[in-house]
Amino acid sequence: MKIEEKIACNAIKNDKESHIKLTQNVCKACKERFCIYACPGHLYSLSEETGEMVVEYAGCLECGTCRIACVYGSVAWEYPGGEYGVQYRYG
Amino acid sequence: MAEEKLDAVVVGGGLAGLAAAYRLAEAGKQVLLLERGDAPGSKNVTGGRIYVEPIKAFLPSIVDEAPFERHVVKEMITVVDEESSVQLEYARDAWRKAPYMSYTVLRASLDKWFSEKVAEKGGFVIPNRKVDDLLWEDGRVAGVKAGGEEIGAHIVIAADGALSFLAEKAGLRTPLKPANYALAMKEIHKLDEERIEERFGVEKGEGAANLFVGALTKGMFGGGFLYTNRDTLSLGIVVGIDALMQKRPQIEAYRLMDEFKARPEVARWIQGGEMKEYAAHIISEAGIGGISKLYTDGMLVAGDAAGFALNMGITVRGMEFAVASGVIAAEVATDALNKGDISKRYLAEYEKRLASSFVLRDLETFRHSKEVLENPRLFNVYPKFLSSLLNVLFTVSDTPRKNLYRSAMTLAKQYILNWEGMKDFWSLRKL
Repeated sequence: MKIEEKIACNAIKNDKESHIKLTQNVCKACKERFCIYACPGHLYSLSEETGEMVVEYAGCLECGTCRIACVYGSVAWEYPGGEYGVQYRYG
Repeated sequence: MAEEKLDAVVVGGGLAGLAAAYRLAEAGKQVLLLERGDAPGSKNVTGGRIYVEPIKAFLPSIVDEAPFERHVVKEMITVVDEESSVQLEYARDAWRKAPYMSYTVLRASLDKWFSEKVAEKGGFVIPNRKVDDLLWEDGRVAGVKAGGEEIGAHIVIAADGALSFLAEKAGLRTPLKPANYALAMKEIHKLDEERIEERFGVEKGEGAANLFVGALTKGMFGGGFLYTNRDTLSLGIVVGIDALMQKRPQIEAYRLMDEFKARPEVARWIQGGEMKEYAAHIISEAGIGGISKLYTDGMLVAGDAAGFALNMGITVRGMEFAVASGVIAAEVATDALNKGDISKRYLAEYEKRLASSFVLRDLETFRHSKEVLENPRLFNVYPKFLSSLLNVLFTVSDTPRKNLYRSAMTLAKQYILNWEGMKDFWSLRKL
């Protein structure tokens, strides 16, 4: 089962706006790309067109790992607004 | 606004917040619990299992009636290396008789049920309400800001989970460090009740818990878990965030979960099940070294938000600390409200009562457990030794066999009878 399919099992209510904001200057200077490896949803990737780091916030499991693993401080991560985000039915 | 203040606002509908709100409502205080999910529990993730003995005295009726999944009667430990595994199974007759020691749980159902109990006691539970910030008055916490609204309260109890934004905003904790946290990933697989019972060799209502250690984390700090729920299985893996960051070549966390699940000794349990959910969360692994300051003027911090979590190796605990700290926070808050003193000088009582409870006592006793459990040899050298030893014992080939004792000694010398092994043995005193 692909990671996207796994995330698709979840009940998620998407906000129009991302709750994860990145500072591209910091991402550009970063060599390790900890976010790509740490995110359990595999939501971080480098855009093939722009070369910029992008995050598919809509699949976010709200674990907070990227917020901790990005020691360079690019990831500004907040909880999605009330009503939005993943709603665990089992937890 | 001051005259319209509530007695208490609790932020977060997890076990700490719910326990606090329940006890405050029970004491006749006006309490509002704000939860950012659709219902309490909908943002919460556990492994998981709960040990009920430590918390019975805190919330007897809740513990007695709670919709837990199965009581655990069988403990399994599976040690894996790259191409083999050793499984240990420990069952006790006493565990099969009430009162039961521990239960498997799913938080969506448990926390929602608990929040209904809070409401029955007269507490207000508001879902879909994210708290954005604290409200300050004369340098002390005086309520919260949520969705553009200001909600005044004499006391705020921050029970907003392991990421506790509120403790950080109140200056009670510094930003979270990779070395202090682990990432946990968990899948829920649906399987008929009868099939679970047959597969795990348990009776109706009984459950099993299986811990996995070894090559699944590729030498990194962590391990796997499998719990039987009523008609689902919780399968997951935990890995230290710092370990994951240091790992070279780098590996994506989600692949660890997928590879773990594909191992035959794991796949056999979930076979035929239907995957229902994929969850993840951070866990504090720092023990007592990771707890935040616990109070300030007008505010207390409880549960994971305070860092109350403890990895004791074979047992991993958090929910009991959440319930106990929530109740203790509510009791101190009640006393403070009755006295009309919500200063941090008075609220220091919270830390004192925690210190005499199992919460801080257990955390203190296991102060050094992280140093022992972080040892990479636990995840590669020892599993390999065990596997190689059993391989020698069980293998029959066309070459004449060596004396078993000598074969075992050769392996022991290779893996464990050395200076590193001695140091590891001595370090066990810290557990």
